[in-house]
Amino acid sequence: MSNYDVIILGGGPAGLAAGIYLSRGKQSVLILDQGMVGGQVILTHAVANYPGLPELSGYKLASEMKKQAEEFGCEIKGNEKLISFNFQGKEKIVTTKSGEFSSKAVIIAVGGQPRKLGLESEAKFQGLGISYCATCDGDFFTGEDIVVVGGGNSALEEAVSLTKFAKTVTIIHQFDHFQAYTHAIKDAEYNSKISFIMESDIVEFTGEQSLTGVNIRHKKDGAITKLNAAGAFIFIGYVPSSELFKECVSLSDRQEILTDQDMATDVPGVFAAGDVRQKKFRQITTAVSDGTIAALAVMDYLNDPDPDKI
Amino acid sequence: MTLDTNLKHVETGAALTELINSTENVMVCCGRMGPMCMPVYGSMEELQNSGDYNNVQFADMLFDIPEAAIIRDLPECASFRGLPFVVYYKNGKVAKATTSIQSKDQVTTNLSEVL
Repeated sequence: MSNYDVIILGGGPAGLAAGIYLSRGKQSVLILDQGMVGGQVILTHAVANYPGLPELSGYKLASEMKKQAEEFGCEIKGNEKLISFNFQGKEKIVTTKSGEFSSKAVIIAVGGQPRKLGLESEAKFQGLGISYCATCDGDFFTGEDIVVVGGGNSALEEAVSLTKFAKTVTIIHQFDHFQAYTHAIKDAEYNSKISFIMESDIVEFTGEQSLTGVNIRHKKDGAITKLNAAGAFIFIGYVPSSELFKECVSLSDRQEILTDQDMATDVPGVFAAGDVRQKKFRQITTAVSDGTIAALAVMDYLNDPDPDKI
Repeated sequence: MTLDTNLKHVETGAALTELINSTENVMVCCGRMGPMCMPVYGSMEELQNSGDYNNVQFADMLFDIPEAAIIRDLPECASFRGLPFVVYYKNGKVAKATTSIQSKDQVTTNLSEVL
């Protein structure tokens, strides 16, 4: 079994920020990520509001964070499937597909994943018309009619970007108003290619080999209408990836990990940071902030692990 | 022009044809340096480096070069609308093709299934 001072579960901005602070503080640190290191930020086409940096791709930003963490001595393993945990004792054990790792403290920073509608037909058409990344797949729908599902900033901003390719973009949203910033709503409303279907849900994706349409249920009267669509881009937020930890730490009713202001969970030596924890605002900067606080709190804990003093 | 990976880069249709005719098992990921593609390249690099798949040639091909039509135009990829297009060849023939992002577990399952 390999031993570390701190194991960080998750290699997004929160985990990488924590890794940078801890490894610079001369702690031995292992970051384990179940997928590609970088987290959700790598799905972002352009990050324009990260302080001190000009607009850059999310992939570039994550790559720089990773490089910085490694330069300070952080060990990082991607595609490391997490199997089980034992956080109860002073020694924390993490079991992955490739082995067991132990540490004196753990930071859970596994983030979230794109929320799916959960329809059977949704899985069937992923990559065959349904996408969660406009940057990646938008040009497959050049000159075609598509729908965008959602009413937040991502949905409206990506809908506007998709008008570069699509003939028409119909935004389908479950409420009678959007949750996006005013400028994002205005940009969508002023775009002649975009139309809106409000207070409605998609109940089925239809097609044979690939997507050709959606069935929409209008919430007020329950009426079902069919809309031709070659593509459907789904941006309905994220769900915290906390399922693996529900037996280890306390979660909110939204399955977010509960922490105090120092990112400590209700288990001594176990901290949480970033989108997996309960909080209101989820930005790259807030994830970095969480990771920083968690790292500093961990260093305090390692200096004096008596839970009564934390 | 090639992708920034440690995989074998296939740049022409002729090179791909030669590769699949000279190698029993070939997995080719045809994509861009985008967020849905990079996790697949990463998984392929790890499998390549693991030594567990020495019987498989892992390769990539840039989706946007004209020569990539050899993959884009495959009948097995006709309905694909999500990057990357991943094609598994056995004995020179297409054994399986997938579209959109795939996890390392999914790639491993596909390899076990078809190769």
